[in-house]
Amino acid sequence: MMSTHLLLPLGLHIPDGFLTVPVALAWWVLTVIAVGVAVRKVGASLNERQIPLMGVMAAFIFAAQMLNFPVLGGTSGHLLGGALAALLLGPWAAVLVMACVVALQALLFQDGGLLALGANIFNMGVATTLIGAFVGAPLLRLLGGQRWGLVLVGFATAWLSVVAAALLTSMQLVLSGLSAAVVFPAMLFVHLFIGVGEGLITVAALGFVLTTRPDLVTTMASYLNPATLQRPLNRRSILGVTGGGLMFAVGAALLSPLASGDPDGLERVAEDQGFIDRALDPFFNLLPDYTLPGLDGPISTIIAGVLGLLIVFGLVYGLTLLLRGRNQERA
Amino acid sequence: MLELVDLHYTYPDGTSALRGVSLRIDAGEKVALVGPNGAGKSTLLLHLNGVLRPRSGAVQIAAQPISDANIRQVRAQVGMVFQDPDDQLFSPTVFEDVAFGPLHMGLEEADVRGRVTLALDQVGMRGFETRMPHHMSLGQRKRVAIATVLSMTPSILALDEPSAGLDPRARRGLIELLHSLPQAMIVSTHDMRMVAEVFPRTIVLEQGQIAFDGPSATLLADAAMLLRYGLEV
Amino acid sequence: MLSSSTLDRYIAGQSPVHLLDARVKLSLTLAYILALALLPSGAWLVMGLCAAMLWVAVRWSQVGLRTILLRAFVALPFALVAVTLVFSVPGQPVFRLPLGPWVLTASDAGLVRFASIVFKSWLSVQAALLLTATTHFTQVLYALRALRLPTVLVAILSFAYRYLFVMIDEAQRMLRARECRSAETPGQHSGGSIVWRARVVGQMVGTLFVRSYERSERIYLAMLARGFTGELRTLNPRSLTQREQGILIIGLATLAGLVLMTYLA
Repeated sequence: MMSTHLLLPLGLHIPDGFLTVPVALAWWVLTVIAVGVAVRKVGASLNERQIPLMGVMAAFIFAAQMLNFPVLGGTSGHLLGGALAALLLGPWAAVLVMACVVALQALLFQDGGLLALGANIFNMGVATTLIGAFVGAPLLRLLGGQRWGLVLVGFATAWLSVVAAALLTSMQLVLSGLSAAVVFPAMLFVHLFIGVGEGLITVAALGFVLTTRPDLVTTMASYLNPATLQRPLNRRSILGVTGGGLMFAVGAALLSPLASGDPDGLERVAEDQGFIDRALDPFFNLLPDYTLPGLDGPISTIIAGVLGLLIVFGLVYGLTLLLRGRNQERA
Repeated sequence: MLELVDLHYTYPDGTSALRGVSLRIDAGEKVALVGPNGAGKSTLLLHLNGVLRPRSGAVQIAAQPISDANIRQVRAQVGMVFQDPDDQLFSPTVFEDVAFGPLHMGLEEADVRGRVTLALDQVGMRGFETRMPHHMSLGQRKRVAIATVLSMTPSILALDEPSAGLDPRARRGLIELLHSLPQAMIVSTHDMRMVAEVFPRTIVLEQGQIAFDGPSATLLADAAMLLRYGLEV
Repeated sequence: MLSSSTLDRYIAGQSPVHLLDARVKLSLTLAYILALALLPSGAWLVMGLCAAMLWVAVRWSQVGLRTILLRAFVALPFALVAVTLVFSVPGQPVFRLPLGPWVLTASDAGLVRFASIVFKSWLSVQAALLLTATTHFTQVLYALRALRLPTVLVAILSFAYRYLFVMIDEAQRMLRARECRSAETPGQHSGGSIVWRARVVGQMVGTLFVRSYERSERIYLAMLARGFTGELRTLNPRSLTQREQGILIIGLATLAGLVLMTYLA
């Protein structure tokens, strides 16, 4: 029997048994708060049209996650959808939609546990949509609604949302006593690439909707979240954008010493049938043992972390330039 | 029973869909609504229970024009069945879907259950209460879609292309069902053989206007007229 | 290509487990998973008792122990994240694993931690599977409503469940259509670049979005036509019978007792 599990990003749906009770409950509390706020925000502007719309949108995200494309060596790229949902539906509706998607996956297909559902909803539903909305939407307006701006913002927020979800997942596992030395680098590494797929699909999907039914994005925003669209970009949201990016960069860099606290940590990562060390080789060769040669201690690890991030950002930037070039050729 | 007086409707994008439609349907009368795609058939049907409101003209149900005050009674009186049963059947189970209308009418639980049973009986779908629409055939879904409005005990049914896409046996079953229902009905369709069997009266709609309104037999016997309206038997 | 009806894991039946009220089943499943999570590593006796309880319930349900056991392996790949515990938890060395230039030492405590996590996880998935296999999702929704989940969420879940399979079918038709046109020319590089492939999928996602949006508008019209005014109405849940209350209390008490036992012992 085939399961949707095989089609979804491996490692983001935490099953039961892996989180300790305090960790699982703590994230349940956060999720209940976030979803509660979303219910109130959506309910405050409740237009009865939203209910079937959000239900169908949850089904849409679920099905969209099944659309995949071959990348390399039998792996495939597909969508998580949080950032896309946020950009299309507005933050609070997207939180509800994504929460329902993740809950359905757990309840219908055992993708992710029930006790771990709070953490899973938070990672894949709350964090991703909030990044999409509170980093992506203001950034988009900052760039003046240009087409290349859309490409850049769509890609960046989608990528960021996947990496953030992976980092949160890692954090919860580490707080539950799993070895940070393994969990962080493995999760981060895999999702740096999964995030690229997410970014590309998100950009193309946004582009398609804006070309074929531009009215939908504004219509939807108008009755899902009139406030966001009409409000001019204020200093707070600019701060939000830059702050979000900065915090993320610093956070990831600071986490990296944790990641390599154990000298032979990386080698133990296991995935598929065997050890993943083969897959990790390239990263290793670039920054052996996650530290810089000739330097010792946490400082070197932090520098290595920042360098790693810069490399990734460089790659992302290059890819967006490439996309932008193609778009202009077509235009 | 139902009367449209000089109905005009323009879509928000400026497309003029209905341009002066007037017609009358009496109790128990079965009327076919034919015409090419885009002639305004679905738009016309959506006016009958107030989902769309005319730009000018009036829709009268039992001599009362549709207004905000009586819209909820009108929705119980005019049962609207959409073309795609996947749009019509939006609940996870057949029971919940057929119960949706009665629940919104504020009926008691026992009454709701009784109406669901009766409506499913009428369309021959008793025993499907807990089934999921997705796991049923198109013919079955079309029947349940009709039950979802029968449970509201309407006096008029408005059906949008009920026989489209059905295999011959399911189509035969549907024709017999339409025959057996006592309600007045207005049914949009391209299926002229069904028109010949079920509907004594036909209205041809072209570009938002009534091109023909009379006995189906007259229309079907006139090859020149059929050709002019692009209809085929 | 899998058909969406094989995705639904509900297995129809008339067993006592199928007939038990969904509220009782949902509460007991959640309590069971919570109890497992509370058990300390290495509490094998209690874990064994928990497993026995679950397997008895599976027998009663007549869905087949084999089906449940096999399907429960769905979460197994995740266990590989925990495999490192074997080597990272300090304790008595058990065996060494040479791996290139490094040698990994497995500890007894590490093995116990790892095995406990995997076993608990496996049992938790089985419990959730039993719930899904014996409880139609509409009953789960009914239970969630009775357990005071906000009506809006229940409504969204209900619509999502109704249209899930419709959307999955649409997605799969698109994938099939792409498959049919993904030809290769011998000697030519085929398949296009990754960016191009991602774009194709993105456009499929966009198409699916537009279609979903339009469908939601038609559904809304269909709801309006049947008297929808924005308020969601459902039949009131009936109260639990004494027997059901009894089953719920006995089940919860047993689980609480088992957890307490391990901490007191």
